[in-house]
Amino acid sequence: MTEIFAASDADIAAEVRAADIRATFRPPAPAQPPRRWKGEALRLSAVTKSFGARPVLRRLDLDVPAGQFLVVVGRSGGGKTTLMRLICGLDTPTSGDVFVGEARVAGLMPQVRLLFQDPRLAPWQRVLGNVGIARGPSWREEVYAALKDVGLADRGRDWPSVLSGGQRQRVALARALVSRPGVLLLDEPFGALDALTRAEMHRLTERIWTEHGFTVVLITHDVAEAVALADRVVVLRQGEIALDVAVDLPRPRTEADGAEATDLRRRILAAV
Amino acid sequence: MSPPARSEAAVLPASAAVPSAAADTIEIRQTGARAAAVGRALLPWALPLGVLAIWQAAASLGLLSSRVLPAPSDVALAFWQTLNDGTLVTNISVSTGRALTGLAIGGGIGFALGVVNGVWRPAETAFDSTLQMLRNVPHLAIIPLVILWFGIGEEAKIFLVAVGVAFPIYLNTFHGIRTVDRGLVEMARVYGLSNAALFWRIVLPGALPSVLVGLRYALGIMWLTLIVAETISSTEGIGYMTMNAREFLQTDVVVLGVLAYALLGKLADSLTRAIEQRALAWHPAYQSEAGGVA
Repeated sequence: MTEIFAASDADIAAEVRAADIRATFRPPAPAQPPRRWKGEALRLSAVTKSFGARPVLRRLDLDVPAGQFLVVVGRSGGGKTTLMRLICGLDTPTSGDVFVGEARVAGLMPQVRLLFQDPRLAPWQRVLGNVGIARGPSWREEVYAALKDVGLADRGRDWPSVLSGGQRQRVALARALVSRPGVLLLDEPFGALDALTRAEMHRLTERIWTEHGFTVVLITHDVAEAVALADRVVVLRQGEIALDVAVDLPRPRTEADGAEATDLRRRILAAV
Repeated sequence: MSPPARSEAAVLPASAAVPSAAADTIEIRQTGARAAAVGRALLPWALPLGVLAIWQAAASLGLLSSRVLPAPSDVALAFWQTLNDGTLVTNISVSTGRALTGLAIGGGIGFALGVVNGVWRPAETAFDSTLQMLRNVPHLAIIPLVILWFGIGEEAKIFLVAVGVAFPIYLNTFHGIRTVDRGLVEMARVYGLSNAALFWRIVLPGALPSVLVGLRYALGIMWLTLIVAETISSTEGIGYMTMNAREFLQTDVVVLGVLAYALLGKLADSLTRAIEQRALAWHPAYQSEAGGVA
């Protein structure tokens, strides 16, 4: 590091001697917080969840390495949302354990953030207030960084009521990113959006995930969405894993990925 | 919003190049719009002013006895006299003081009970049915009891007002808190808000529209209760002023008292509207400018 600094100092000195000071000399940029933060691994061991006598999840085992983009596909009522609620600690399993990193999930986990199907923005808070709803330390800077990530840096002073559906979901995404979660859970957050906005949200989510490196679990019933985004697809059918397949397609992906993607979509559809 | 703004800017130079006739039309249209705006502002006053004119004419022509209803000019005269000898200002300020004290006490109690019962189930179980029972007693029915308890002093009037306003504020606060969006509460929990933060950032703002409806309703009850309480026994206040005037058949002062109540009621309502405008600025119904809709 010192060598680099010494070299650049020498350069600057030379430039200053040569000609204009303002054109070349800039104070060193303030230290930026690291853009990537730590993803957390997820582990479910023999997790069963029943509501009354009806089991929704049956002895589920699942290992998600840190930083993986996992997509869970299944019909409604297949236990997808229950799985989400168990991972973020909103519900407790009837038996078995859920681990986030080294910690066993018991109660709400600060390193896990959930993006709901609907944006769930408080209409009486401006966008800034919504994104920084937890008001952590130095939240204003973090809120701006998160809003910049989702491309809404200039909408901080707006009320949620003037935003479009896609923008609201982006604000909700920024709110999830503010605390730099190790695990981001996405519970069909794009289901209510139109096709164009959804494709936009896919690219945005993929970009942010690539940039920051957290673990993602996305729930969907859209097979094309799963193949477009996932490192790995898990099909959940009647509370059990019916298919667990890796998706090794190069990113960024398009609709016309060719035979491999088509084949994958067919396999997943067959398992659902 | 920026793309439409840009397209407007692109259109502007073209319209600026149009000869000045167009500018004249615009000016005429603006004057016309201004006249229409003034008309809209005056229209609500047309009916009351018309009634006033007919009333004055009827009184001047002797069709209306001053024992039944004094002429508006007599009321204006009474207003001028009581204003000059200071009794009007004293009486109005005494009445307003009573009303606001009662509102502060009763409203505070109603709000506190609404919050506690709204956020904490055991409190609801313990208090709500009792409160519902008490709510159904017409509070003016306990006037004889109140006189026995407090005599005919200030406490009696303030107590009656407080009892009257407590229930609408309690009910609306309770209802507002119970109907806060469950999804938002769940979101707040997942995002790690403490109970205090949950209350201040989610529950209370969510309940506020309902609380303010309760406040407006309470203001009506506040004046009503005060009128009755002051009419029964007072040595000051608008109620006393009107009852005293009745003794001397001064119908003009009685009407003046009624007008004072009307004006105070309207003032209180306008104040609540202003509070709503400010506190509910986030609500689409209170956003005047349509700009920014994407």
